[in-house]
Amino acid sequence: MTATGIGASVKRKEDFRFLTGRGTYTDDINRPGQSHAYILRSPHAHAEIVKIDTAAAQSSPGVIAVFTGADYDKGGLPAGWQIHSKDGSPMVEPPHFPLCKDRVRHVGDQVALVIAETYAEAKDAAEKIDVTYKELPAIISTADADKPGKPQVWADAKNNVCYDWHLGDKAATEAAFAKAHHVTKIDLVNQRLVPNAMEPRAAVGDYDRATGEYTLYTTSQNPHVIRLLMGAFVLQIPEHKLRVVAPDVGGGFGSKIFHYAEEALVTWAAGKLHRPIKWTAERSESFLTDAQGRDHVSHAELAMDKDGKFLALRVSTIANMGAYLSTFAPCVPTYLYATLLAGVYTTPAIYAEVKAVFTNTVVVDAYRGAGRPEATYLLERLVDKAAREMKMDRVEIRRKNFISREAFPYQTPVALQYDSGDYDATLDGALKASDWAGFESRRAEARKRGKLRGIGISTYIEACGIAPSAVVGSLGARAGLYECGSIRVHPTGSVTVFTGTHSHGQGHETTFAQLVSDTLGISIDSVEVSHGDTNKIPFGMGTYGSRSLAVGGSAIVKAMDKIIAKAKRIAAHLMEASVADVEFKNGTFTVAGTDKSVPFGTVALTAYVPHNYPITELEPGLEETAFYDPLNFTYPGGCHICEVELDPDTGVTKIVNFTAVDDVGRVINPMIVEGQVHGGVAQGIGQALLESCVYDEQSGQLLTGSLMDYCMPRADDLPNFKVATQSTMCTHNPIGAKGVGEVGAIGSPPAIINAVIDALSPLGVQDISMPATPLKVWQAIQSAPAKMAAE
Amino acid sequence: MPTVEMTVNGKRASAQVEGRTLLVQFLREKLGLTGTHIGCDTSQCGACVVHVDGRAVKSCTLLAVQANGASVTTIEGVANGETLHPMQEAFRDNHGLQCGFCTPGMVMTAIDLVTNNASPSEEEIRHGLEGNICRCTGYHNIVKAVKAGAAAMKG
Amino acid sequence: MHDFGYHRPASVADVAGLLASKGEAKVVAGGMTLIPTLKQRLASPSDLVDLAGIAELKGVKAEGGGITIGAMTTHAEVHRSAEVQKTIPALAQLAGGIGDPQVRNRGTIGGSVANSDPAADYPAAVLGLGATIRTNKREIKADDFFKGMFETALQDGEIITAIHFPKPEKAGYSKFPNPASRYAIVGVFVARTAGGVRAAVTGAGPCAFRSKELESALGGSFTPEAAKAVKLGADGFNTDLHATAAYRAHLISVMAARAVAAAS
Repeated sequence: MTATGIGASVKRKEDFRFLTGRGTYTDDINRPGQSHAYILRSPHAHAEIVKIDTAAAQSSPGVIAVFTGADYDKGGLPAGWQIHSKDGSPMVEPPHFPLCKDRVRHVGDQVALVIAETYAEAKDAAEKIDVTYKELPAIISTADADKPGKPQVWADAKNNVCYDWHLGDKAATEAAFAKAHHVTKIDLVNQRLVPNAMEPRAAVGDYDRATGEYTLYTTSQNPHVIRLLMGAFVLQIPEHKLRVVAPDVGGGFGSKIFHYAEEALVTWAAGKLHRPIKWTAERSESFLTDAQGRDHVSHAELAMDKDGKFLALRVSTIANMGAYLSTFAPCVPTYLYATLLAGVYTTPAIYAEVKAVFTNTVVVDAYRGAGRPEATYLLERLVDKAAREMKMDRVEIRRKNFISREAFPYQTPVALQYDSGDYDATLDGALKASDWAGFESRRAEARKRGKLRGIGISTYIEACGIAPSAVVGSLGARAGLYECGSIRVHPTGSVTVFTGTHSHGQGHETTFAQLVSDTLGISIDSVEVSHGDTNKIPFGMGTYGSRSLAVGGSAIVKAMDKIIAKAKRIAAHLMEASVADVEFKNGTFTVAGTDKSVPFGTVALTAYVPHNYPITELEPGLEETAFYDPLNFTYPGGCHICEVELDPDTGVTKIVNFTAVDDVGRVINPMIVEGQVHGGVAQGIGQALLESCVYDEQSGQLLTGSLMDYCMPRADDLPNFKVATQSTMCTHNPIGAKGVGEVGAIGSPPAIINAVIDALSPLGVQDISMPATPLKVWQAIQSAPAKMAAE
Repeated sequence: MPTVEMTVNGKRASAQVEGRTLLVQFLREKLGLTGTHIGCDTSQCGACVVHVDGRAVKSCTLLAVQANGASVTTIEGVANGETLHPMQEAFRDNHGLQCGFCTPGMVMTAIDLVTNNASPSEEEIRHGLEGNICRCTGYHNIVKAVKAGAAAMKG
Repeated sequence: MHDFGYHRPASVADVAGLLASKGEAKVVAGGMTLIPTLKQRLASPSDLVDLAGIAELKGVKAEGGGITIGAMTTHAEVHRSAEVQKTIPALAQLAGGIGDPQVRNRGTIGGSVANSDPAADYPAAVLGLGATIRTNKREIKADDFFKGMFETALQDGEIITAIHFPKPEKAGYSKFPNPASRYAIVGVFVARTAGGVRAAVTGAGPCAFRSKELESALGGSFTPEAAKAVKLGADGFNTDLHATAAYRAHLISVMAARAVAAAS
C-alpha cells in the first residue's frame, strides 16, 4: 500500500476549499440580472383554495411577477417507482403540481410564487397576497389514516390507501406459526424524522435566450435524475437544452435525492421572465417542504421452536407517504424494507404486509437508511424481546439463528440473495471491543452511584448499492440503477475522472482519486474528480443507498480497464512487442521477460501526439467511458453495541460507550469510512434518543417546525465512538466494496433502545418508544412495575 | 438607507444597507464573502459564526448596522494566504468535516473557544460547540480536531 | 423582517427621547431574542433604538458588599468577571450556561431580564438573590418585577440601566435544559441570605417565581435531601412537547437539590 493508495487514510482533497470558505454551494451562486423567489405556502393542513387575489402583491415594490396554480401550465412531479397492491392493481398516484391548483394538502404546500428584485421584496409582496381558503378536516395519524370515516386526502385513494402490498409466502408462514413452541409479538412505531442537512435546499434557474438552454443550479444528490424527471415529465425540456448543476452540496442524507417543486418553478419562471431566479429555503421552510423520513407503525410476530430457533416471521406495517408521492417514496417501505426482514437470520418463512397511506403531512421519502433502519429496528427489538421471553441470552439467540459464514450465497425467503458475510466475526469483534463480558460489574458500580446502566446489541444487515436495473425494473422502478464513470487521460498524463455519483460530504474527490491513482500508478495530485454537472458528466444516477463506491466506483474501474487495455496496445506498439506480453504495474508498461518499459505518461502523450502510433488499428486519444450495472445488491452488515447510563432522577440517558464493528467490504480510505460510520451512528442516536417530527393531530400544524423544538444531536449529546471494520468482500463487483454511508443509521437505533430497556429492566420496564427522551424514560420509571430500591 | 462601514478581514468595507439587513447578508451579498453560511433561522446552527471585535457571534442574529464600526473576521480571513490556520489544518488532519457547510462556523467557534481556554478538555470542547450543529460527522472528529488545533495554536 | 429606522444613541437620556418621538420604536440590547422575532415577522417596530453605544450601561462593579451589573453587560462578561466569580460564583456559573457561546457574547443581562422569557436563566438569579432592578426612572425590587410571560413592571419608555445583586451567604443554580432549544425546562436558583433562604424557579411557569415550598424546606435544612423531599403538585406548571407539568414539578425538586449541592 502506498501513502495515497487503496487502504490509506489520505487527507481529503476537497477540504482546503471548505476550510477556507471557498466552497461553492448553490446559494453562493449569483447569475447576472438575478431575481429572487419567495413561495407563499399554505397555513392549513387541508383546505380548498377558494380565491387568490394577487393584485396588491403584483404592484408591491420590486415585484417582477406573481404566479399561482392557475398560471402553471406544465406537468406535475412524478413518482419514480410504481408499486402494485396484493390484488394486482397499481398504486394510487395522485397529481403533484408544483403550485397547488385548487386544494392544499399540507401545511407548507405551495400556493403562489413571487419573483422580485430582492428576496425581502418578494417576501414583503407575498404578505399582500389574499388567499381565501375553505378549511377541511385533516388526517394526520399514520395508524388511523386507513380507518373508515377519516378525512380523505385524495378522492381516488379510498380510506387514504395508496397501496396494500405484500411479500413472502403467507401459507408457509402460517403453517410455521401453527407449530410454533412460542410466539413473541411486538408493536412498534418508527417515528417520523426530519433529515435536516445543514445546507437548506436552494435552486437557481437560468435561461439563455441565445441558445434556448435552461440551466438549473440545485442542491441535489443526483443532477442527471433531476434533469431526466424535470425535463421529461414536468417541464418538457429536452435534455440537450437543459443543464442541471449540483455544485457543492451541504449534506443530503436522502432529502436531496428527490425532485422538488421549487426546482421546477425557478426553471419554468426563468424561461417565462428571461431572468435568472434564485430560491433558497429558510430552515422553517425546510421543515415544511423537505421530504421527511421513516414514519411506520408496525406489528410483528416471531415464531420459535423450543430452542429459540426462528421458524417464521410475520409483519404488518402502515407506512405514511404524506400528502403526495415523493420521487422514491413508494419503494422505501416495500423493496427497501420488507426485503430486509430476514436480517442476518435463517428464518425460513416470512410474510410481510405493507399498507401505504396518504395523510395531510409533508411527504415522506428515503432518509439515511430508508426502509432498512425500519426493518432492522423491528427485527432487533423483536429478537431482544424473544430472548427475554424465552429466557435466553441475547447474544446466544442471535448466534443460534445466524446465517453461517459457509452458507453464502444465501437466498432469503424475501427475495434477496446475500453474497457474503461473517456475522459471527463482527459480533465477536464488537463483544470484545465493548467488553460485553465485563458489563455486569459496570452495572453494579453504576447502581452504587444511583444510576441505571444498560447494554444493548444489534446485529444487522442492509442491502445497498441498489440494482440490478432489470430486477428493480421488474419491481416497479421507472429508471435503471447503473452508474457511469468516465476517465479522461490528458496528454501530459494527468487524469480527470467524471462520475455520475455526487459527493455531498462523502469525500469522493479523494476516495475515487485514490482508486484511480493506485490503479493507474500516477500521483494522486494528478487526478481530479469531477461530478455534479450534466454538461460535463456523460450520465449518472447519483448518490444514495450507499452506492457511490460499489456502483459508481465500479464504473470507474470498468472505464480504467478500457483505458489500460488501449494503453497496452499503444505501449506494445512503442515497445515493439505483442499486446499479450505487455504488463502494467505501478504506472509502467513492461514486456514480460525483457527490460523494456514505457511509463504511463509516455503512453498518454503518444495517444495525443500519435507520430509513432498504430494509427490504422487504434484511434488517437485516451478517454473511456463505462456504464456499470451491478449484478446484485451489496450487503453490508455488522454489530453495534451501545452502553447507556440512565439518571433516574431526570430520565436522562447518557451513552457511555458505543461500539460498531461493520462489514463494509473493501475499504479504500479508512479515515473516510470511519467518518461515515460516526455520522450514521450520530443520526441513529438522534432517532433513538432525541429526534421526532410531531404534528398537531387536529390542525396538522408541525409542532417541531424549527431547531428550537426539533432536537438535533449536538456535540455534548454524543459520545466518542469505537468503530472498526471486519470485512468480507463483495463477490460481484470489481472493487469488493459493499458501502458504508448508511450502516451507522441502520445498525444503531435498536442497539440504543435495547440498552435503555436493559437499563430499565430491573424495574420491569419492557418497552420504550423512540425517541427515548428524558421525559419518556422518567415516565417509564414512574409507572414501572417495580420501584427502584431506596438508595 | 444607512451606510455601514467596518473592517472585514483587515480591509475597510462600506455599503448602503437597509436597517433590516443582517450582518450575514451584508457579508455574503454585499461583500461576496460566501464562506459564512446560513443554516437556520432561529440562531441555533452556528453556520454563520464570525468574529466581531474578536468574539464569536452568530452573524444571522446581528444587524449589519449593529456591527457598524466593528472589526469583523470571517472564515476567508483566517488562513495566512494559502497557509491554513492551525485550527483549519487540524480539521483537515482529523477529518473534522464532511460536507463542509457547518465547517466555517465550526472553525470560527473553535478558534474563539481556544482563545478563551488554551487547553480545553473534551467536555469543555463539547460544551463549547453547543451553538454549532453538524449533521455529518457525529462530532467525534470535530472534537479531536479542536483538541489538536488547540495544541497547535499553543505551539 | 420588515424594515425599520435604526438609532444608536450615546446616552440613556437620548434613548428616552427617541422612544418618546418614534411611534412604534423598540429597544434592542443584545438582540438575541428581538432579532429572531423580527426575522419571523412577529414584530414590526418602526424604529430600533440600540443601547450598544451607551458606555454607562456596561460593566460590573462592587457595591455595598454585593455587585452591580450594567444592563448591557454580556453573559460572557458576567461569566468571566473576577468580581462576580468572587462575590456570587453561582451567578457567574449561571451566566456561563445561558444559550451557547455566541449568544453569551452578544446577549445582555438587561435584555434578558427585561424580556422575562418564561425559560430564561437570569430571572431565576434576580429573584433568587433578591436583586434590585435599576431603571432610568426608579429602582424595582425583584419580587415586584416579573409579572407574567414576557411581562414585567417596566413601563413604556422605561429601560433597565443596571441590576444590583446583594451578596448571599451561599447560592447555587442548576438547570435542566430543553434538549432542542437549550432554554431551561426547569432552572432553580437557591440562595441562603441573611434574610433567609430564597429559591426561584424558571422554565416551569409563565415567568420566574419563588417557591415557598422549597424556601420553607431549605430554611429548615439547607441540604440537597431537604430539597429533594419537596413534592410539588403539577398544577399551574407548563406542559409542552418536551416536558409535562408533572415532570416539571418533579424536576424542580431535583434541580433544587443539585443547586443546593453546588452552592458556594
